[in-house]
Amino acid sequence: MQKTYYDPADLRKFGSITEWSEELGNKFFEYYGKVFEEGALSAREKSLIALAVSHVVHCPYCIDAYTKDGLQRGITKEEMMEAVHAGAAIQSGATLVHGVQMMNKYNKLSM
Amino acid sequence: MATKSLLARKDDLANTETQLEYLSNGIFANGELPTFKDKIAETGNFPLKPRKLEILQINLGYMCNQVCSHCHVDAGPDRKEIMTRETMQQCLEVIKKTGAHTLDLTGGAPEMNPDFRWFVEEASKAGIKDFIVRSNLTIIRANKKYYDLPEFFKKHNVHVVSSMPYYKREKTDKQRGDGVFDKSIKALQMLNDVGYGKEGSSLRLDLVYNPSGAYLPSDQEALERDFKEALKEDFNIDFHNLFAITNLPISRFLEYLIASENYEDYMYALVEAYNPAAVENVMCTNTISISWDGWLYDCDFNQMLGLKVASKVKHISEYNEDLLQNRNIIISQHCYGCTAGAGSSCQGTVA
Repeated sequence: MQKTYYDPADLRKFGSITEWSEELGNKFFEYYGKVFEEGALSAREKSLIALAVSHVVHCPYCIDAYTKDGLQRGITKEEMMEAVHAGAAIQSGATLVHGVQMMNKYNKLSM
Repeated sequence: MATKSLLARKDDLANTETQLEYLSNGIFANGELPTFKDKIAETGNFPLKPRKLEILQINLGYMCNQVCSHCHVDAGPDRKEIMTRETMQQCLEVIKKTGAHTLDLTGGAPEMNPDFRWFVEEASKAGIKDFIVRSNLTIIRANKKYYDLPEFFKKHNVHVVSSMPYYKREKTDKQRGDGVFDKSIKALQMLNDVGYGKEGSSLRLDLVYNPSGAYLPSDQEALERDFKEALKEDFNIDFHNLFAITNLPISRFLEYLIASENYEDYMYALVEAYNPAAVENVMCTNTISISWDGWLYDCDFNQMLGLKVASKVKHISEYNEDLLQNRNIIISQHCYGCTAGAGSSCQGTVA
Protein backbone atom coordinates (compact mmCIF):
# COMPACT_ATOMS: atom_id res chain seq x y z
CA MET A 1 0.00 0.00 0.00
CA GLN A 2 1.40 3.36 -0.98
CA LYS A 3 2.11 5.99 1.67
CA THR A 4 0.52 8.91 -0.18
CA TYR A 5 -3.09 9.40 -1.23
CA TYR A 6 -2.30 10.36 -4.82
CA ASP A 7 -0.06 8.46 -7.24
CA PRO A 8 0.11 9.84 -10.83
CA ALA A 9 0.36 6.25 -12.13
CA ASP A 10 -3.12 5.52 -10.68
CA LEU A 11 -4.69 7.56 -13.48
CA ARG A 12 -3.77 4.78 -15.91
CA LYS A 13 -5.73 2.35 -13.75
CA PHE A 14 -8.93 4.42 -13.82
CA GLY A 15 -10.59 1.88 -16.12
CA SER A 16 -10.17 -0.83 -13.48
CA ILE A 17 -13.04 0.61 -11.40
CA THR A 18 -15.34 -1.41 -13.67
CA GLU A 19 -13.87 -4.61 -12.23
CA TRP A 20 -15.75 -4.22 -8.95
CA SER A 21 -18.97 -2.92 -10.47
CA GLU A 22 -19.05 -3.76 -14.12
CA GLU A 23 -22.40 -2.43 -15.23
CA LEU A 24 -22.14 0.93 -13.47
CA GLY A 25 -18.51 1.35 -14.50
CA ASN A 26 -19.23 0.65 -18.14
CA LYS A 27 -22.22 2.97 -18.12
CA PHE A 28 -20.11 5.73 -16.61
CA PHE A 29 -17.30 5.40 -19.19
CA GLU A 30 -19.78 5.23 -22.04
CA TYR A 31 -21.45 8.40 -20.75
CA TYR A 32 -18.07 10.08 -20.16
CA GLY A 33 -16.88 9.32 -23.69
CA LYS A 34 -20.13 10.58 -25.18
CA VAL A 35 -19.98 13.84 -23.22
CA PHE A 36 -16.63 14.80 -24.72
CA GLU A 37 -17.51 14.10 -28.35
CA GLU A 38 -18.12 16.96 -30.78
CA GLY A 39 -21.63 18.28 -30.19
CA ALA A 40 -23.29 21.65 -29.85
CA LEU A 41 -20.00 22.49 -28.14
CA SER A 42 -16.75 21.54 -29.84
CA ALA A 43 -14.51 18.92 -28.25
CA ARG A 44 -11.96 21.72 -27.85
CA GLU A 45 -14.39 23.89 -25.86
CA LYS A 46 -15.35 20.95 -23.67
CA SER A 47 -11.69 20.23 -23.00
CA LEU A 48 -11.23 23.75 -21.63
CA ILE A 49 -14.39 23.47 -19.50
CA ALA A 50 -13.07 20.15 -18.15
CA LEU A 51 -9.74 21.78 -17.32
CA ALA A 52 -11.44 24.62 -15.41
CA VAL A 53 -13.69 22.21 -13.48
CA SER A 54 -10.68 19.97 -12.72
CA HIS A 55 -9.13 22.87 -10.84
CA VAL A 56 -12.31 23.78 -9.03
CA VAL A 57 -12.84 20.22 -7.80
CA HIS A 58 -9.12 19.93 -6.96
CA CYS A 59 -8.62 16.75 -8.99
CA PRO A 60 -4.90 16.25 -9.74
CA TYR A 61 -5.63 13.35 -12.07
CA CYS A 62 -8.04 15.49 -14.07
CA ILE A 63 -5.58 18.39 -14.21
CA ASP A 64 -2.89 16.08 -15.63
CA ALA A 65 -5.34 14.57 -18.10
CA TYR A 66 -6.81 17.81 -19.41
CA THR A 67 -3.53 19.70 -19.59
CA LYS A 68 -2.27 16.93 -21.85
CA ASP A 69 -5.55 16.84 -23.75
CA GLY A 70 -5.28 20.60 -24.32
CA LEU A 71 -1.71 20.31 -25.59
CA GLN A 72 -2.81 17.61 -28.01
CA ARG A 73 -5.59 19.80 -29.31
CA GLY A 74 -3.24 22.76 -29.81
CA ILE A 75 -4.86 24.75 -26.99
CA THR A 76 -2.43 27.47 -25.89
CA LYS A 77 -1.19 27.96 -22.35
CA GLU A 78 -2.85 31.39 -22.33
CA GLU A 79 -6.20 29.78 -23.12
CA MET A 80 -5.63 27.14 -20.45
CA MET A 81 -4.79 29.71 -17.78
CA GLU A 82 -7.83 31.83 -18.67
CA ALA A 83 -10.00 28.74 -18.29
CA VAL A 84 -8.51 28.16 -14.83
CA HIS A 85 -9.29 31.78 -13.95
CA ALA A 86 -12.87 31.32 -15.13
CA GLY A 87 -13.18 28.39 -12.74
CA ALA A 88 -11.44 30.27 -9.94
CA ALA A 89 -13.66 33.33 -10.43
CA ILE A 90 -16.81 31.24 -10.09
CA GLN A 91 -15.38 29.49 -7.06
CA SER A 92 -14.39 32.70 -5.31
CA GLY A 93 -17.67 34.30 -6.46
CA ALA A 94 -19.51 31.39 -4.90
CA THR A 95 -17.74 32.12 -1.62
CA LEU A 96 -18.27 35.85 -1.80
CA VAL A 97 -21.93 35.72 -2.79
CA HIS A 98 -22.53 34.03 0.57
CA GLY A 99 -21.40 37.35 1.97
CA VAL A 100 -24.91 38.54 1.16
CA GLN A 101 -26.32 35.83 3.43
CA MET A 102 -23.94 36.96 6.12
CA MET A 103 -25.07 40.56 5.64
CA ASN A 104 -28.75 39.53 5.70
CA LYS A 105 -28.28 37.61 8.92
CA TYR A 106 -26.24 40.40 10.47
CA ASN A 107 -28.90 42.94 9.63
CA LYS A 108 -31.71 40.71 10.87
CA LEU A 109 -30.03 40.14 14.19
CA SER A 110 -29.02 43.75 14.68
CA MET A 111 -31.28 46.46 16.09
CA MET B 1 18.33 22.68 -26.31
CA ALA B 2 21.11 20.41 -27.60
CA THR B 3 23.40 21.89 -30.22
CA LYS B 4 25.08 18.62 -31.11
CA SER B 5 23.88 15.18 -32.16
CA LEU B 6 23.83 12.28 -29.69
CA LEU B 7 26.68 10.84 -31.73
CA ALA B 8 28.87 13.94 -31.37
CA ARG B 9 28.06 14.07 -27.65
CA LYS B 10 29.06 10.39 -27.39
CA ASP B 11 25.76 9.77 -25.63
CA ASP B 12 24.90 6.12 -24.82
CA LEU B 13 21.73 6.47 -26.85
CA ALA B 14 23.76 7.09 -30.01
CA ASN B 15 24.18 3.33 -29.90
CA THR B 16 21.08 1.84 -31.56
CA GLU B 17 21.38 -1.36 -29.54
CA THR B 18 21.07 0.67 -26.35
CA GLN B 19 17.88 2.20 -27.71
CA LEU B 20 16.46 -1.19 -28.69
CA GLU B 21 17.29 -2.59 -25.25
CA TYR B 22 15.54 0.34 -23.62
CA LEU B 23 12.46 -0.31 -25.76
CA SER B 24 12.37 -3.97 -24.77
CA ASN B 25 13.18 -3.71 -21.07
CA GLY B 26 11.26 -2.26 -18.13
CA ILE B 27 7.51 -2.04 -18.62
CA PHE B 28 7.63 -4.35 -21.66
CA ALA B 29 9.89 -6.97 -20.09
CA ASN B 30 7.90 -7.18 -16.84
CA GLY B 31 4.58 -7.61 -18.66
CA GLU B 32 3.08 -4.31 -17.57
CA LEU B 33 2.54 -3.50 -21.23
CA PRO B 34 2.22 -5.94 -24.14
CA THR B 35 5.03 -6.00 -26.69
CA PHE B 36 4.12 -4.81 -30.18
CA LYS B 37 4.51 -8.35 -31.43
CA ASP B 38 1.95 -9.69 -28.93
CA LYS B 39 -0.39 -6.81 -29.66
CA ILE B 40 -0.52 -7.30 -33.42
CA ALA B 41 -0.70 -11.07 -32.98
CA GLU B 42 -4.09 -10.53 -31.26
CA THR B 43 -5.55 -9.53 -34.63
CA GLY B 44 -3.52 -12.00 -36.69
CA ASN B 45 -1.14 -9.36 -38.04
CA PHE B 46 2.06 -11.09 -36.94
CA PRO B 47 4.33 -11.47 -38.81
CA LEU B 48 3.71 -8.11 -40.44
CA LYS B 49 3.95 -8.48 -44.21
CA PRO B 50 4.34 -5.89 -46.98
CA ARG B 51 1.43 -4.98 -49.25
CA LYS B 52 1.98 -3.46 -52.69
CA LEU B 53 5.07 -1.23 -52.78
CA GLU B 54 4.02 2.39 -53.26
CA ILE B 55 6.82 4.53 -51.87
CA LEU B 56 10.59 4.53 -52.24
CA GLN B 57 12.02 6.74 -49.52
CA ILE B 58 15.65 7.68 -49.96
CA ASN B 59 17.66 9.28 -47.19
CA LEU B 60 20.34 11.47 -48.79
CA GLY B 61 22.29 11.91 -45.57
CA TYR B 62 22.10 12.81 -41.91
CA MET B 63 23.66 16.26 -42.27
CA CYS B 64 21.27 19.05 -41.34
CA ASN B 65 21.44 22.77 -40.60
CA GLN B 66 19.23 22.24 -37.53
CA VAL B 67 19.51 20.17 -34.35
CA CYS B 68 15.87 19.60 -33.44
CA SER B 69 15.29 18.20 -29.98
CA HIS B 70 12.83 15.56 -31.23
CA CYS B 71 14.84 14.40 -34.28
CA HIS B 72 14.57 10.64 -34.87
CA VAL B 73 17.53 10.78 -37.27
CA ASP B 74 19.89 12.41 -34.75
CA ALA B 75 20.70 14.76 -37.60
CA GLY B 76 22.76 17.92 -37.35
CA PRO B 77 25.65 19.91 -38.81
CA ASP B 78 28.10 17.50 -37.17
CA ARG B 79 26.76 14.45 -39.06
CA LYS B 80 28.91 13.69 -42.07
CA GLU B 81 27.04 10.70 -43.51
CA ILE B 82 26.10 11.71 -47.06
CA MET B 83 24.96 9.65 -50.05
CA THR B 84 27.57 9.48 -52.79
CA ARG B 85 26.86 9.92 -56.49
CA GLU B 86 27.70 6.27 -56.99
CA THR B 87 24.92 5.17 -54.60
CA MET B 88 22.61 7.70 -56.24
CA GLN B 89 23.31 6.03 -59.58
CA GLN B 90 22.25 2.71 -58.07
CA CYS B 91 19.09 4.38 -56.74
CA LEU B 92 18.33 5.80 -60.19
CA GLU B 93 18.47 2.35 -61.72
CA VAL B 94 15.93 1.19 -59.13
CA ILE B 95 13.72 4.25 -59.63
CA LYS B 96 13.50 3.53 -63.36
CA LYS B 97 12.28 -0.02 -62.74
CA THR B 98 10.22 0.24 -59.56
CA GLY B 99 6.50 -0.33 -59.32
CA ALA B 100 6.30 2.41 -56.67
CA HIS B 101 4.40 5.57 -57.63
CA THR B 102 6.07 7.86 -55.09
CA LEU B 103 9.68 8.87 -54.63
CA ASP B 104 10.36 10.52 -51.29
CA LEU B 105 13.71 12.22 -50.59
CA THR B 106 14.57 12.94 -47.01
CA GLY B 107 17.51 13.51 -44.66
CA GLY B 108 18.87 15.40 -42.62
CA ALA B 109 18.42 18.28 -44.95
CA PRO B 110 18.59 16.52 -48.32
CA GLU B 111 19.42 19.83 -50.01
CA MET B 112 22.79 19.86 -48.22
CA ASN B 113 23.99 16.85 -50.19
CA PRO B 114 26.34 18.34 -52.85
CA ASP B 115 24.78 16.07 -55.50
CA PHE B 116 21.21 16.84 -54.48
CA ARG B 117 20.34 18.92 -57.55
CA TRP B 118 21.93 16.49 -59.96
CA PHE B 119 20.01 13.64 -58.37
CA VAL B 120 16.66 15.49 -58.50
CA GLU B 121 17.24 16.37 -62.18
CA GLU B 122 18.02 12.76 -63.05
CA ALA B 123 15.26 11.25 -60.90
CA SER B 124 12.63 13.61 -62.30
CA LYS B 125 13.27 12.12 -65.76
CA ALA B 126 12.12 8.68 -64.55
CA GLY B 127 8.47 9.72 -64.82
CA ILE B 128 7.56 8.89 -61.24
CA LYS B 129 4.05 10.11 -60.37
CA ASP B 130 4.69 11.86 -57.08
CA PHE B 131 8.18 13.20 -56.37
CA ILE B 132 8.51 14.41 -52.79
CA VAL B 133 11.35 16.36 -51.20
CA ARG B 134 11.15 16.75 -47.43
CA SER B 135 12.48 20.21 -46.74
CA ASN B 136 12.94 21.68 -43.28
CA LEU B 137 12.21 25.17 -44.77
CA THR B 138 14.99 27.00 -42.92
CA ILE B 139 17.54 25.54 -45.34
CA ILE B 140 16.01 27.77 -48.03
CA ARG B 141 17.05 30.77 -45.92
CA ALA B 142 20.27 29.30 -44.50
CA ASN B 143 22.60 30.46 -47.26
CA LYS B 144 22.31 32.43 -50.51
CA LYS B 145 23.11 29.31 -52.50
CA TYR B 146 19.77 27.86 -51.39
CA TYR B 147 17.61 30.94 -52.09
CA ASP B 148 16.60 29.62 -55.53
CA LEU B 149 15.39 26.25 -54.19
CA PRO B 150 11.69 27.18 -54.62
CA GLU B 151 12.34 27.86 -58.33
CA PHE B 152 14.39 24.66 -58.60
CA PHE B 153 11.59 22.61 -56.98
CA LYS B 154 9.08 24.20 -59.34
CA LYS B 155 11.17 23.44 -62.40
CA HIS B 156 11.17 19.74 -61.56
CA ASN B 157 7.59 19.65 -60.32
CA VAL B 158 8.74 18.52 -56.89
CA HIS B 159 6.10 17.99 -54.20
CA VAL B 160 7.43 19.88 -51.17
CA VAL B 161 6.66 18.46 -47.73
CA SER B 162 7.86 20.73 -44.97
CA SER B 163 8.08 20.44 -41.24
CA MET B 164 6.28 23.19 -39.37
CA PRO B 165 5.71 22.13 -35.77
CA TYR B 166 3.35 24.94 -34.92
CA TYR B 167 1.85 28.15 -36.21
CA LYS B 168 3.20 30.10 -33.29
CA ARG B 169 6.79 31.14 -32.70
CA GLU B 170 7.34 29.91 -29.16
CA LYS B 171 6.63 26.20 -29.67
CA THR B 172 8.44 26.10 -32.99
CA ASP B 173 11.63 27.68 -31.69
CA LYS B 174 11.59 25.62 -28.50
CA GLN B 175 11.62 22.39 -30.51
CA ARG B 176 13.79 23.46 -33.42
CA GLY B 177 15.94 26.35 -32.26
CA ASP B 178 15.79 30.14 -32.05
CA GLY B 179 14.87 31.91 -35.25
CA VAL B 180 13.49 28.77 -36.91
CA PHE B 181 9.95 30.12 -36.92
CA ASP B 182 10.76 33.40 -38.70
CA LYS B 183 12.95 31.66 -41.27
CA SER B 184 10.28 29.02 -41.89
CA ILE B 185 7.62 31.69 -42.43
CA LYS B 186 9.86 33.51 -44.90
CA ALA B 187 10.60 30.25 -46.75
CA LEU B 188 6.88 29.40 -46.97
CA GLN B 189 6.21 32.85 -48.42
CA MET B 190 8.95 32.27 -51.01
CA LEU B 191 7.33 28.94 -51.95
CA ASN B 192 3.94 30.65 -52.21
CA ASP B 193 5.47 33.37 -54.41
CA VAL B 194 6.49 30.85 -57.08
CA GLY B 195 3.05 29.21 -56.96
CA TYR B 196 3.41 26.49 -54.32
CA GLY B 197 0.51 25.70 -51.99
CA LYS B 198 -2.08 27.85 -53.75
CA GLU B 199 -5.60 26.51 -54.08
CA GLY B 200 -5.86 24.51 -57.29
CA SER B 201 -2.10 24.70 -57.91
CA SER B 202 -0.39 21.51 -59.09
CA LEU B 203 2.69 22.61 -57.14
CA ARG B 204 1.98 20.70 -53.94
CA LEU B 205 3.05 22.14 -50.62
CA ASP B 206 2.14 20.10 -47.54
CA LEU B 207 3.16 20.72 -43.96
CA VAL B 208 4.14 18.24 -41.29
CA TYR B 209 3.05 18.82 -37.70
CA ASN B 210 4.49 16.86 -34.83
CA PRO B 211 3.80 17.56 -31.16
CA SER B 212 6.34 19.66 -29.26
CA GLY B 213 6.46 17.36 -26.29
CA ALA B 214 5.39 14.10 -24.70
CA TYR B 215 1.87 13.96 -26.09
CA LEU B 216 0.15 12.60 -29.17
CA PRO B 217 -1.20 14.66 -32.05
CA SER B 218 -4.95 15.15 -32.07
CA ASP B 219 -7.29 15.16 -35.02
CA GLN B 220 -5.38 15.93 -38.23
CA GLU B 221 -8.27 17.76 -39.85
CA ALA B 222 -8.85 20.01 -36.86
CA LEU B 223 -5.14 20.84 -36.70
CA GLU B 224 -5.07 21.56 -40.43
CA ARG B 225 -7.99 23.96 -39.99
CA ASP B 226 -6.20 25.78 -37.14
CA PHE B 227 -2.90 25.97 -39.09
CA LYS B 228 -4.62 27.24 -42.24
CA GLU B 229 -6.55 29.94 -40.43
CA ALA B 230 -3.57 31.15 -38.40
CA LEU B 231 -0.96 31.10 -41.18
CA LYS B 232 -3.35 32.84 -43.59
CA GLU B 233 -4.42 35.51 -41.12
CA ASP B 234 -1.00 36.24 -39.64
CA PHE B 235 1.31 35.75 -42.64
CA ASN B 236 -0.89 35.32 -45.76
CA ILE B 237 0.52 31.81 -46.24
CA ASP B 238 -1.28 29.08 -48.20
CA PHE B 239 -0.58 25.36 -48.17
CA HIS B 240 -2.44 22.23 -49.22
CA ASN B 241 -2.52 19.60 -46.48
CA LEU B 242 -1.22 19.12 -42.98
CA PHE B 243 0.19 15.74 -41.95
CA ALA B 244 0.02 15.04 -38.22
CA ILE B 245 2.91 12.78 -37.29
CA THR B 246 3.44 11.09 -33.94
CA ASN B 247 6.93 11.34 -32.45
CA LEU B 248 8.42 7.86 -32.20
CA PRO B 249 10.32 6.98 -29.02
CA ILE B 250 13.74 6.66 -30.60
CA SER B 251 16.93 8.70 -30.87
CA ARG B 252 16.73 12.29 -29.56
CA PHE B 253 13.02 12.06 -28.78
CA LEU B 254 13.75 8.99 -26.67
CA GLU B 255 16.52 10.95 -24.97
CA TYR B 256 14.02 13.71 -24.19
CA LEU B 257 11.40 11.24 -22.89
CA ILE B 258 13.89 9.62 -20.54
CA ALA B 259 15.43 12.88 -19.33
CA SER B 260 12.03 14.48 -18.66
CA GLU B 261 10.73 11.30 -16.95
CA ASN B 262 7.94 11.02 -19.51
CA TYR B 263 9.01 7.73 -21.09
CA GLU B 264 6.63 5.39 -19.26
CA ASP B 265 3.61 7.67 -19.54
CA TYR B 266 4.32 8.18 -23.23
CA MET B 267 4.55 4.44 -23.89
CA TYR B 268 1.32 3.91 -21.96
CA ALA B 269 -0.33 6.61 -24.07
CA LEU B 270 0.86 4.95 -27.29
CA VAL B 271 -0.28 1.49 -26.22
CA GLU B 272 -3.64 2.77 -24.95
CA ALA B 273 -4.22 4.54 -28.27
CA TYR B 274 -3.33 1.40 -30.23
CA ASN B 275 -5.65 1.14 -33.22
CA PRO B 276 -5.80 -2.20 -35.09
CA ALA B 277 -7.14 -0.37 -38.16
CA ALA B 278 -3.91 1.63 -38.33
CA VAL B 279 -1.88 -1.60 -38.44
CA GLU B 280 -3.52 -2.53 -41.74
CA ASN B 281 -2.11 0.60 -43.40
CA VAL B 282 1.06 1.18 -41.47
CA MET B 283 3.76 2.86 -43.57
CA CYS B 284 6.27 -0.01 -43.56
CA THR B 285 3.76 -2.14 -45.49
CA ASN B 286 4.00 0.04 -48.62
CA THR B 287 7.46 1.61 -48.30
CA ILE B 288 11.11 0.74 -48.76
CA SER B 289 13.56 3.04 -47.01
CA ILE B 290 17.08 3.42 -48.42
CA SER B 291 19.90 4.82 -46.32
CA TRP B 292 22.69 7.19 -47.42
CA ASP B 293 24.98 4.18 -47.84
CA GLY B 294 22.46 2.12 -49.81
CA TRP B 295 21.12 -0.29 -47.19
CA LEU B 296 17.45 -1.20 -47.28
CA TYR B 297 15.01 -0.84 -44.39
CA ASP B 298 11.28 -1.27 -43.70
CA CYS B 299 10.98 2.41 -42.78
CA ASP B 300 13.02 5.47 -41.86
CA PHE B 301 12.67 4.62 -38.14
CA ASN B 302 14.05 1.11 -38.56
CA GLN B 303 16.87 2.71 -40.56
CA MET B 304 17.74 4.90 -37.59
CA LEU B 305 17.65 1.85 -35.31
CA GLY B 306 19.99 -0.03 -37.65
CA LEU B 307 17.36 -2.71 -38.38
CA LYS B 308 18.04 -3.75 -41.99
CA VAL B 309 15.31 -5.59 -43.92
CA ALA B 310 14.91 -9.29 -43.14
CA SER B 311 15.51 -10.38 -46.71
CA LYS B 312 18.24 -11.96 -48.79
CA VAL B 313 18.35 -8.59 -50.52
CA LYS B 314 19.68 -6.02 -48.10
CA HIS B 315 21.42 -3.44 -50.31
CA ILE B 316 20.43 -1.22 -53.22
CA SER B 317 23.18 -2.84 -55.32
CA GLU B 318 21.27 -6.14 -55.24
CA TYR B 319 17.74 -4.65 -55.23
CA ASN B 320 14.99 -7.05 -56.19
CA GLU B 321 11.44 -5.91 -55.55
CA ASP B 322 9.85 -9.35 -55.83
CA LEU B 323 12.21 -10.86 -53.26
CA LEU B 324 11.75 -7.89 -50.93
CA GLN B 325 7.99 -8.24 -51.05
CA ASN B 326 8.28 -11.65 -49.40
CA ARG B 327 10.03 -10.38 -46.30
CA ASN B 328 8.71 -10.12 -42.77
CA ILE B 329 8.75 -6.55 -41.46
CA ILE B 330 10.95 -6.03 -38.41
CA ILE B 331 9.13 -4.62 -35.43
CA SER B 332 9.82 -3.41 -31.92
CA GLN B 333 8.01 -1.27 -29.36
CA HIS B 334 8.71 1.97 -31.27
CA CYS B 335 6.16 0.70 -33.82
CA TYR B 336 3.37 1.66 -31.40
CA GLY B 337 4.09 5.22 -32.56
CA CYS B 338 2.68 4.44 -36.01
CA THR B 339 -0.44 2.66 -34.76
CA ALA B 340 -1.67 5.09 -32.11
CA GLY B 341 -5.01 6.79 -32.66
CA ALA B 342 -5.54 7.58 -36.32
CA GLY B 343 -2.07 6.14 -37.02
CA SER B 344 0.98 7.98 -38.23
CA SER B 345 3.18 7.84 -41.29
CA CYS B 346 5.31 10.20 -43.36
CA GLN B 347 2.05 10.91 -45.22
CA GLY B 348 0.15 11.66 -42.01
CA THR B 349 -2.66 9.59 -40.52
CA VAL B 350 -3.45 6.18 -41.98
CA ALA B 351 -6.74 5.07 -40.37
